Amino acid sequence: MTTPSALPRQRRWSPPPLIRDPWRRWAVIILSIGYLMVGLSTLNINWARVQRGAIRFQRMLAEFLQPDFVSRWGDIQAGILESLTMTVVATVIGIILSVPIGFGGARNLAPLPIYLFCRGLITLSRTFQEVIIAIVFVIMFGFGPLAGVCTLSFASIGFLAKLLAEDIEEIDPAQVEAIRATGASWLKMVSYAVVPQVSPRLVGLSIYRFDINLRESAIVGVVGAGGIGATLQTAFSRYDFDVAGAILIIIIVLVMITEFISSYIRRRLQ
Amino acid sequence: MPVRISNGVKTWQRYDRASVLKQWAGWLATTVVVLFCWQLIAGATRWEFVADAPQQLAQFLSRAFPPRWSYMNQLWRPLWDTVNIATLGTIIGVAVAFPTAFLAARNTTPHPIIRPLALLIIVVSRSVNSLIWALLLVALLGPGILAGVIAIGLRSIGFVGKLFYEAIEETSIEPVEAIRATGASGMQVLSYAILPQVLPSFAGVTVFRWDINIRESTVIGLVGAGGIGLNLDAAINALQWSRAGMIFISIFVIVLLSEWISARVRKAII
Repeated sequence: MTTPSALPRQRRWSPPPLIRDPWRRWAVIILSIGYLMVGLSTLNINWARVQRGAIRFQRMLAEFLQPDFVSRWGDIQAGILESLTMTVVATVIGIILSVPIGFGGARNLAPLPIYLFCRGLITLSRTFQEVIIAIVFVIMFGFGPLAGVCTLSFASIGFLAKLLAEDIEEIDPAQVEAIRATGASWLKMVSYAVVPQVSPRLVGLSIYRFDINLRESAIVGVVGAGGIGATLQTAFSRYDFDVAGAILIIIIVLVMITEFISSYIRRRLQ
Repeated sequence: MPVRISNGVKTWQRYDRASVLKQWAGWLATTVVVLFCWQLIAGATRWEFVADAPQQLAQFLSRAFPPRWSYMNQLWRPLWDTVNIATLGTIIGVAVAFPTAFLAARNTTPHPIIRPLALLIIVVSRSVNSLIWALLLVALLGPGILAGVIAIGLRSIGFVGKLFYEAIEETSIEPVEAIRATGASGMQVLSYAILPQVLPSFAGVTVFRWDINIRESTVIGLVGAGGIGLNLDAAINALQWSRAGMIFISIFVIVLLSEWISARVRKAII
């Protein structure tokens, strides 16, 4: 029997590193440090401006803590109402557009040309940030909430249709075969074998997208596509931090409420 | 099982009368709300602008494409800035979200009073879009890359923090108990029992957020926070559509590229 002192003392256990191959590990570490140095050097911080900013920050904090809901209440109310209505309409249009595109983007349902077209549309919608899409729609429709509605509807496609298509591709094929064996047409096959499998998740995703659309509707106004964003931008550029604070508080509370409701509904659906 | 009897014939139905009525009431309410919202939006829209939207689009496309390829020479620097904003912002976000997530997770929070505070940080950061953070920071720090980096960082805290703390809450209790049974301190339990369990998902979330941040940092320049958005803003204000077309293409490529990298890395980790 060995005494504890005879155990090899030098060998201390240490947890295995995240990247096992030492060459690759050191390459990642050195490259990261090199990138950080280069990246930080491009920041060229204007310290005088930052210092002025620090003073402004104190003023801003003081004004944020006493938000001014009253003096621009008319603008705020109109903006919030517009954001909410844009969200509702855009989510509904987004769902209506996403369902056929989602079905078309599922490889197990759609023939190749339709699949490629739908996937291309999804990629296009996912790649561009909402504000860039909003710029194009503002060029088309002029300033106003309609451009915002189109933006959010189009952006919803990238989210809803993609997840719906992935969901359809993962359905249980046994049910599809069973319905097809009865001699059902394509439409009947879809409505009796595919839709029941994906519809609970589609409802959940739609509610989640409503959340996202509300958040995005607060910013498309920056490029003139309606909603509270324009009012917020004006408040910031005038340094009216008390008004901006009031708007931010309203946005945060609204987002929290819808998020709470949507997570409640999604939990009940599951 | 609800059965309807009409003319002495029994028909099976999926729902009974009360739930059918409830469903119809739900659809009716939804339709009314959507129509009401649509009416508000239609009222705020100038339809004569909408009527010539196809012409506007055709004109825009014919001016933007083919793009001015030579303009690409001036875009490398803004693109590099955009990537830097996204990467440095992600680093800031993760650095702040990491401790916050441990404070917010139910199983690792040091005190039940700290938990709601950490959750508040996460919720506020999540509710405010990075473009709004950018508006705020440009007002504070002046236009520039620094404002963009911090804006992206602030928005990332909420997203990353939420997914981090959910990962921590999903860890298995057994390694924790095993490490604790050896007499380990709280910090040792964290680093030897919890951290190894969550590190892969932390890395995955970080790369995922980086890819989203690339997309976000393409637009924050529109409010002056650096990156390619600055060039886009300048091109649009000067109506230089062939330049805008070039910018759209470069954004499309860079976002697709980042999405591809992020998907590859995430697949390698998991």
